Amino acid sequence: MNFKIAVIQFPAANCDLDAIHVLNDVINVKADLVWHNHFKESKYDGVILPGGFAFGDYLRAGIIAAHSPAIDEAKIMLKDGRPVIGICNGFQILTEAQFLPGALLRNESLKFVCKWVNLKVENNKTACTNKMNEGDVLAIPIAHGEGRYYTDNLEELEKNNQIVFRYSTEQGDLTKNANPNGSLDNIAGVCNLEQNCIGLMPHPERASEAILSPKRTEHGKLFFESIVEFITRRLS
Amino acid sequence: MMQANFIVEIIMTNKEMARDPVGETIKRDLLAKKGYDMISNVRSGQYLRINISADNEENAKEIIEDMCNKLRIFNPVTQNLTILRVSKS
Repeated sequence: MNFKIAVIQFPAANCDLDAIHVLNDVINVKADLVWHNHFKESKYDGVILPGGFAFGDYLRAGIIAAHSPAIDEAKIMLKDGRPVIGICNGFQILTEAQFLPGALLRNESLKFVCKWVNLKVENNKTACTNKMNEGDVLAIPIAHGEGRYYTDNLEELEKNNQIVFRYSTEQGDLTKNANPNGSLDNIAGVCNLEQNCIGLMPHPERASEAILSPKRTEHGKLFFESIVEFITRRLS
Repeated sequence: MMQANFIVEIIMTNKEMARDPVGETIKRDLLAKKGYDMISNVRSGQYLRINISADNEENAKEIIEDMCNKLRIFNPVTQNLTILRVSKS
């Protein structure tokens, strides 16, 4: 299947090359690193907004990038059903651009938290979870200072099945201790109604090879393989 | 109409229902520990001081309000916007 994914590079992105590496070298799909002002949606079948500190997180994490021309391009992809994925800072950008509901506030601890967490899959119908089972628990690291998910419309989100991942224990229990940043209802990732746009705080691109994982897991790979599956189904 | 220069000062604070750990920490770990028991609550925020040329004070305020809403200078999901003051520069 001939398709291509774009990874957008904003000034001060820092997980862009990791995402490219996983796509190109781990799951062997074509992906380009594209500077945010040069991005043209017509060349791509999916787009990933990677982690980092776009525009220095000035004003609020993600807000300045949300006004970048790349987001206007991504909006076209969003509307015609191509996958638009935001990881960490990318998630912050997607909420600020209003592609996704809610907002990401400063961690409850006020500290930057960098550690491996367990993520429970709550919805396996989305563009980045279709290779997983609901209830699966994935080991994926987080690294953020502003990841406390908040929405004033939790009921709606639950009703529409828009909660994709929750922080949990290794056994899949949604406890307060398993919640690393104070996110509402342990929410770690959400999607839009059409399920082609997903944002999450954890970093699957750092968890896609056994050599990078303390338990030799490669759960992050499922995330990227799901995107490929989604694109393949869409094109076939 | 002659344009004049103004300064518009705005403050963005987290809405009451969104917890504000910065304000909570200042109150709990600094003020309360130093004996300022009379302080019952602290909320933190972000402050911007904007220089603008406009027809008059009212016009300056309108432009800034409109800009803040249009560009989401504050996040309406979690924050309130207050125009603190408009003054001549």
